[in-house]
Amino acid sequence: MSQLLAPGTTAPDFRLRVTPDQDLSLSELRGQRVILSFYPADWSPVCGDQITLYNQIRPEFEKYGAEILGISVDGAWCHQAYAKHNHIHFPLLADFHPKGAVAQKYGAYREQDGVCERALFAIDRKGMIFWSYLSPIAVNPGADGILDALESLQNQEK
Amino acid sequence: MSLLRVPVNSSDHVQGPENAPVTLLEYGDYECPHCGAMHPVVQRVQRCFSSRLGLAYRHFPLTEIHEYAEAAAETAEYAGFYGRFWEAHDMLFQNQDRLGLPLFLAIVRYFELSEQGLRDALAHGTFADKVRRDFLTGVRSGVNGTPTFFINNLRYDGPASYEALVGAIAAQLEYAPTAA
Repeated sequence: MSQLLAPGTTAPDFRLRVTPDQDLSLSELRGQRVILSFYPADWSPVCGDQITLYNQIRPEFEKYGAEILGISVDGAWCHQAYAKHNHIHFPLLADFHPKGAVAQKYGAYREQDGVCERALFAIDRKGMIFWSYLSPIAVNPGADGILDALESLQNQEK
Repeated sequence: MSLLRVPVNSSDHVQGPENAPVTLLEYGDYECPHCGAMHPVVQRVQRCFSSRLGLAYRHFPLTEIHEYAEAAAETAEYAGFYGRFWEAHDMLFQNQDRLGLPLFLAIVRYFELSEQGLRDALAHGTFADKVRRDFLTGVRSGVNGTPTFFINNLRYDGPASYEALVGAIAAQLEYAPTAA
């Protein structure tokens, strides 16, 4: 299993393709809470997979002022087709070239399989990781951990 | 291991005795093919344990990918308001390939309930709050897709098969079932 960046670490900045002709960098989202969801692949063969689940739950993240980003090693065209097919309304970033470089910075790359781990990071408004979670690759972690983390952050800031 | 945050209670639809030693809770979506495939499996599991197992169902419609999931859930709740939840539930899963208003109205007609009543309930979202509440309890409990099962408040992460579910429930009962 990978060793994820731990809470208290500054989230490494990155700039990745979000559509075939647009990039998105983490620093552009400074001032917002950000959930990074690294996942192995688009088109996982179950409905209600992790990304479609988060898409459905997104309004709950927004209540905590959090934006969610998905990251896998799939290319931007693949993400585009996948997002269109499943009506995904949040950005899916392509950690495609050099492959998995961002996942590696976060300790969330599975070298043996050449895909991202199923890993979650919650980043505060100042760009600091305040929660991270590594799920067994075959287990969709759901959203309860993310929402608990956002809730506790909100309570701390009160 | 994810824990059910809101235990099964009187606002839930439950089949089987109130004091059953094990309760199997399903979070499901009437348009989800995996839930549809599991429906007869869940019924077999119920037969296996009969009165020792309670079955509860909560809605988790993935409306972004399933056009009719929300209306199907509200139709089940409408029928449930008149005491016909489980029959409507079974019919929705058994007719999953033709979900849509004509089916929903046909189900209501079958129970001799008001079709206009259903149309009004769907138009006004009369049961939307109940469906939303179910969904949110699932979100906070680690529901990670559909179907997600909880056995006595613990998320079941095992295979979606008859044998595996029976094994997990039997382990809760600390009792080997005698009939399948």
